[in-house]
Amino acid sequence: MTTPHLRPLTAAPRRFALVPTAALLTGALYCLLPVAWILVASTKSGSELFSTFTFLPGSGFADNVADLSAYRDGVYWKWMANSALYAGVGALLSTAVSAVSGYALAVYRFRGRESIFNILLAGVLMPPVILAVPQYLLMAKADLTDSYLSVMLPVILSPYGVYLARIYAAAAVPGDVIEAGRMDGGGEWRIFRTIALPMMVPGLVTVFLFQFVAIWNNFLLPYIMLGDDEKFPVTLGLFTLLQQGSNTPALYTLVITGALLAIVPLIALFLVIQRFWSLDLLSGAVKS
Amino acid sequence: MKYRIVAASTAAVLAATALLTGCGSSDDDGSGDGPAASGPVSLTYWAWAPGLDKVADIWNKGEGKKAGITVTVKKQASGDDLVTKIITAAKAHKAPDLVQAEYQALPTLVSNDVLADISKEAGDAKGKFADGVWQQATLGSDALYALPQDSGPLMFYYRQDLFKQYGLSVPTTWDEFAETARALKKKAPDKDLTTFSSNDSGLFAGLAQQAGAQWWTTGGDKWKVAIDDPATQKVAGFWGGLVKEGAIDNQPMYTPAWNKALNTGKQIAWVSAVWAPGTLTTAAPDTAGKWAMAPLPQWTAGESVTGSWGGSSTAVTNDSKHKKAAAAFAKWLNTDSAALAALVKESGIYPAATAAQTGGALAKPPAYFANQPGFYTEAAKIAQGTAPAAWGPNVNVAYTAFKDNFAKAAKSRSDFAPALTAMQDATVADLKKQGFGVSE
Repeated sequence: MTTPHLRPLTAAPRRFALVPTAALLTGALYCLLPVAWILVASTKSGSELFSTFTFLPGSGFADNVADLSAYRDGVYWKWMANSALYAGVGALLSTAVSAVSGYALAVYRFRGRESIFNILLAGVLMPPVILAVPQYLLMAKADLTDSYLSVMLPVILSPYGVYLARIYAAAAVPGDVIEAGRMDGGGEWRIFRTIALPMMVPGLVTVFLFQFVAIWNNFLLPYIMLGDDEKFPVTLGLFTLLQQGSNTPALYTLVITGALLAIVPLIALFLVIQRFWSLDLLSGAVKS
Repeated sequence: MKYRIVAASTAAVLAATALLTGCGSSDDDGSGDGPAASGPVSLTYWAWAPGLDKVADIWNKGEGKKAGITVTVKKQASGDDLVTKIITAAKAHKAPDLVQAEYQALPTLVSNDVLADISKEAGDAKGKFADGVWQQATLGSDALYALPQDSGPLMFYYRQDLFKQYGLSVPTTWDEFAETARALKKKAPDKDLTTFSSNDSGLFAGLAQQAGAQWWTTGGDKWKVAIDDPATQKVAGFWGGLVKEGAIDNQPMYTPAWNKALNTGKQIAWVSAVWAPGTLTTAAPDTAGKWAMAPLPQWTAGESVTGSWGGSSTAVTNDSKHKKAAAAFAKWLNTDSAALAALVKESGIYPAATAAQTGGALAKPPAYFANQPGFYTEAAKIAQGTAPAAWGPNVNVAYTAFKDNFAKAAKSRSDFAPALTAMQDATVADLKKQGFGVSE
């Protein structure tokens, strides 16, 4: 870029970049504006919420958090813990299943491999929403409805996770390395665990993150499965604050504050896990 | 060789996770109750009213303890989605023992075979409720599908100070109401008496009930839908006319803009139900003490008829293994004076039982209406004239059709009659599609 004869080449696209930049900025604004609204609205007290200017911060954030924590003896934090349990354990199990399945589909050749993979692909295209009711009826047959397991079990198998793990394993785990492991007398399980798995970590981190966010934001599945509000995740819990019947006003300030606090763990998770991704880009560059 | 086994077992894992739904067991919750009829009974109750768990605790420590019946409230989000959830649960025979259900949802639940007939256990409570309310729980039959819990008789709320300022008098008939709207427009063109909300099907239904509409009735084994009957046509024509001439606003209620209009006095009246003080407290906090309540304007001068907006009941499901115990609790909850007092205090409901509508916690007016000491005495008088409502098995479809068609008509300030016809047609078409017999 510093060489003189290159300057016109870079200068010309730079002028054109105005349009994409503006488009991206508009997109970012579109996505961030609601977040900014939540941020500002959560500082407003009930009387300020609809009467003061939209983006004028209010004076009630501490009160809102205190009210939220006091609501029905702190049931909000119970919901947060439930969400963490569903999303944490669910994503972990789902990542484990995706890892072994994806690895097997990528490395081994066996009869029915392609049909299994095609069925999975169909599963990727299937929105989980339409599966919720059949899953509920199945759970009811097993007498599992309204339990922690009823929300956990359906999310363990993630077609998208398996798909991603297969693609990633095929690209990141060279066949030669596995062959070498076999020559040295390693068992299949040991080869997977000690050689292939570390190579797949960045891909699995992605699977974990996707699943975590998907389960954290999941609404319909727990809505149908759970009747006991002590087992609700935070999405459902906040919904009960909004819909209290026609004679009771919705608890807007609590819902807004609750929604804001509910995205904090997701942001924290992204910040922590981001490091794995950049690490991968670096190590990948060195390897090839 | 070995890796074939691994491959096979991986595939098995895949299959197993998909099938795990079919096996395994959980010590969580489950269907729960012992089969014994005489032993201790524990009941689950899906409800949305706040503080109901505290009311249930009174039962669990008192009458319930004596009878060996414990009730656990599991708080739900209210609305049509809950009706769907209850029906889905009932299909899997996993419905709770008791459910809170809005009156207009009862026919839907009954036609899906969700609710049990408790007329034997609780039929003798009839005298404790206004006829129009009781009829909504029996669906006009000999059976009893729920006990009325709260009701929402319609009333007229207005800004006392602004009415005085503009020299308006409180309308007692709908003609006067229209004149008041026009008079206000003349004196303060930027203000509106009220708005017609195409979002609030329940309010429109209540106004139609006041005019004498019976939207769903049965004859023989067929449903008759009369949404575009003369009574409803009169109501739709009245509001459509006001919107068309610009005498009132055409924006929906329950939006931030509407809150602001009430709070700043841009809209100076509201046709609403007895629970309005709660809504006004959050929507228009700056105007507390400036409002007053009066009976709903009448179609014929001198009458005192009103419709309802909202209100719910307590029902026992067919899945319950302890229907008698559940019915006993439902009856206690909605007729016992201690229970009703707790419902008013903890859940903030307006009780359907007439004896509880005055006195006790309702002796004092709501804080927002501190300027009107006789608020609940007046309200109880108005509630006596509650017109019966006739609900059918697809109220949700009619309500959606209302929102779609009236939103368009209100927005373009055009005639409401075609919208009403469209609402009628959509409701009839859906009933037929569901396989009900419909008489034309």
